Amino acid sequence: MSAHVSPVRTYVVIFLALMAGTALTVWAAFQDLGALNNVVMLTIAVVKATLVVMYFMHVRHSSRLTTMTILAGIFFLLILFSLTLADYATRDWLTVAGH
Amino acid sequence: MSDSHGHDSLPGLAHQFDSYEQQRESASLGMWAFIVQEVMFFGGLFVTYLVYRREYAAAFAAGSHHLDVKLGAFNTAVLIASSLTMALAVRAAQLGKKKPLIGFLVGTILLGSVFLGVKTVEYSHKWHEHHVPGPHFAFESTGVHGEPIDPHNAQIFFSLYFAMTGLHALHMIVGIAILLWLIFHAARGRFTPDNYNYVEGTGLYWHFVDIIWIFLFPLLYLIGRH
Repeated sequence: MSAHVSPVRTYVVIFLALMAGTALTVWAAFQDLGALNNVVMLTIAVVKATLVVMYFMHVRHSSRLTTMTILAGIFFLLILFSLTLADYATRDWLTVAGH
Repeated sequence: MSDSHGHDSLPGLAHQFDSYEQQRESASLGMWAFIVQEVMFFGGLFVTYLVYRREYAAAFAAGSHHLDVKLGAFNTAVLIASSLTMALAVRAAQLGKKKPLIGFLVGTILLGSVFLGVKTVEYSHKWHEHHVPGPHFAFESTGVHGEPIDPHNAQIFFSLYFAMTGLHALHMIVGIAILLWLIFHAARGRFTPDNYNYVEGTGLYWHFVDIIWIFLFPLLYLIGRH
């Protein structure tokens, strides 16, 4: 059994979607959305990254073991971010004597 | 049990694998394990960026305003285009089409080189503007909205800018070296629809480097632009 071969059309459509996402993120950055600017920016980046992973990196057609490996990586990345922020983001919540 | 060096009737199939499919699956899984640890490697820099940006938001916005959005957006487009040519190179390898494979690999190298060329121009601007961290670093003491900022904190932004884009550029240079190696072997007809794992693995690596830039571009170039 050979690996799945995606049609050229799929790659071109994903390429165009990534280009549109880039244009959208530049446009959105110049709009005043308040705190939402960061949310919009990161949402577009995550969508773009997901398209690359699913289509360019063929994860859509890969084994469950590969998918599991990637999800484990994302899980540990989230631990890195959440535990670090659990420290830095909460430091000024309590007033400690002498500070 | 006589065959300890390979499968005589199956060229390119290493002796420890039962089939091309198993070999391909193993190569892909190994590459993903590498990419996941690369994600954690870059993750350290991203989390550092997050912690300092929370602390010095105004200085980070001021630093970001000195980056060229047009060059950054152009480079993002160039890198996405190089991911397309890389994906088409892998497709050509899957179909056993040698000439398109080499053509798309060359295209990927050219686009990667354009990216690095633009990066060199940007770094050179930063050098002349004294925005390279170190003894010659100089920065204004007012932010985007006229608020006072500490130039030292803008220096932290530029330290992260050079560390993150520099590490990214280093990955691009390594990627181009691997692509040259691939072209050499592709020209000798080494890749077949059964065995193109080196092309697939290089593709995974190249797309991963593209993904890092997809996050770097908005985080570095587009802060507080409105």
